[in-house]
Amino acid sequence: MSHRIVVDPIACVGHRLCADLFPERITLDDWGYPIIDNTPIRRDLLGHARRAIDACPTLALRLEKVVARDART
Amino acid sequence: MKLSVPDPTPTRGAPTGIRRLLALAVGSTATPLEQHRAHYAAPRQHGRHDALIALVEKSGLRGRGGAAFPTGTKMRAVASGRRPPIVVVNGTEGEPLSKKDATLLCLQPHLVLDGAALAAHALGATEIIVCVDREQPGAIASVAHAIAERQRSDPQTTVSVSVLSTPPRYVVGEETALVHWINGGEAKPTRTPPRPFERGVRGRPTLVDNVETLAHLAQIAAYGDSWFRSLGTASEPGTALLSLSGALAKPAVYEAPIGYRLATLIDLAEPLHGVGAVLVGGYFGSWLEPPAAAAVRLCNEELRPIGGGLGCGAVAVLPADACGVMESARILAWMAAQTAGQCGACVNGLAAISTTYAKLAHGQAKPSDIALLHRWAMQVDGRGACKFPDGAIRFLRSALRVFGDDLERHARGRACFGTRVPPMLPVPPIRGGWR
Repeated sequence: MSHRIVVDPIACVGHRLCADLFPERITLDDWGYPIIDNTPIRRDLLGHARRAIDACPTLALRLEKVVARDART
Repeated sequence: MKLSVPDPTPTRGAPTGIRRLLALAVGSTATPLEQHRAHYAAPRQHGRHDALIALVEKSGLRGRGGAAFPTGTKMRAVASGRRPPIVVVNGTEGEPLSKKDATLLCLQPHLVLDGAALAAHALGATEIIVCVDREQPGAIASVAHAIAERQRSDPQTTVSVSVLSTPPRYVVGEETALVHWINGGEAKPTRTPPRPFERGVRGRPTLVDNVETLAHLAQIAAYGDSWFRSLGTASEPGTALLSLSGALAKPAVYEAPIGYRLATLIDLAEPLHGVGAVLVGGYFGSWLEPPAAAAVRLCNEELRPIGGGLGCGAVAVLPADACGVMESARILAWMAAQTAGQCGACVNGLAAISTTYAKLAHGQAKPSDIALLHRWAMQVDGRGACKFPDGAIRFLRSALRVFGDDLERHARGRACFGTRVPPMLPVPPIRGGWR
């Protein structure tokens, strides 16, 4: 079982906290909105992912389970 | 001795030419119900509950609103819900180059309503909502008249049919936006899941199908899946309505089998000057260079590998002396203004792209800024809640591919005679709100 981050682009207003907290998977576009790398997240990085998700003021991020066939961890 | 392939059994009464949906269309008035019924039996329960769904699946019919999603699959998904579904007929047609849905509603409203009624019967739905752009009074009047005709002829009907007129915005046709608007909200896309097949109008499973799709469905029910498949390609069977515009003596809605040669179609519409670039798939489709346009067949199998798509079947022909850069600049500005304003990448990205493209077109930006357009195309693609920004990026990329050298010349301030040619492609003013 592994996970990836999913963003709700309607809820997101570009607070940019997520990219600071989880640069391993989240970068910003030229306007400050998150670009998510949806490579499955290794177990040792899950804590960082959860911190980024919890920090989002508009609750635009969530963790999604990746089905076994494209899991890489 | 000459070998001949035996003729497939002709289906009684079925149109035999390449005009199928428009076979009964005469002049510019709607085929009356009585005349329509001489060719099409009144919709009724199609055998077993899901016999029609199975037939549509077998026919290979794909949605004609632009996404080409298999209609049978969508119906099956709606049917799997627990609550009674609702059928929405999508005639919003926000694409400025497309005229086919309004044409079909004006000429063959009963074929569309038959399709909707058949789908409703198959799904156990008792409510049909026909949605038409507020700015298409002719189509609205035609549908309203057709509904009244049907009520007179069958006062016992258990399926209610109503017409709603939608705000003149491009994204209202996106199915989550349409459902949200019907439910009383703004005509803007919503987060998915849930998709309308799960939770749509009033929380019910909702089938949202394009006007043309439902007309094909009615013909499949009447004449069978092998008749339907006898035109078109294996993966995209049937005919399609194609809205032709631009530098043509006979701009109109044509009907042709999917896979028809684009060049043949353009010849039918009689090009006025030398044919330049051709825009296939509407404003969210792709420009094709003249050699590609001369060779390609109108099907996704051939268009997708060259970065295009059939979309809603709109085709616009630029004359050889027009300026593709200026045309593209105007269209990009229209696109940026059509955003629902919800997703950061769409709002900011399309604004940045259209502004920079216009500056380049007017020689007010450095040629090196073209690289920014490529960068932003990468950043915006796939980042909206709906596919609207992806379509805009597909158009941008095709403009960069086909008119890339011209854009660079514009940026260097070289004279372009095309800038003096009046705009060819329509860019409707943005008006009206979201309700």
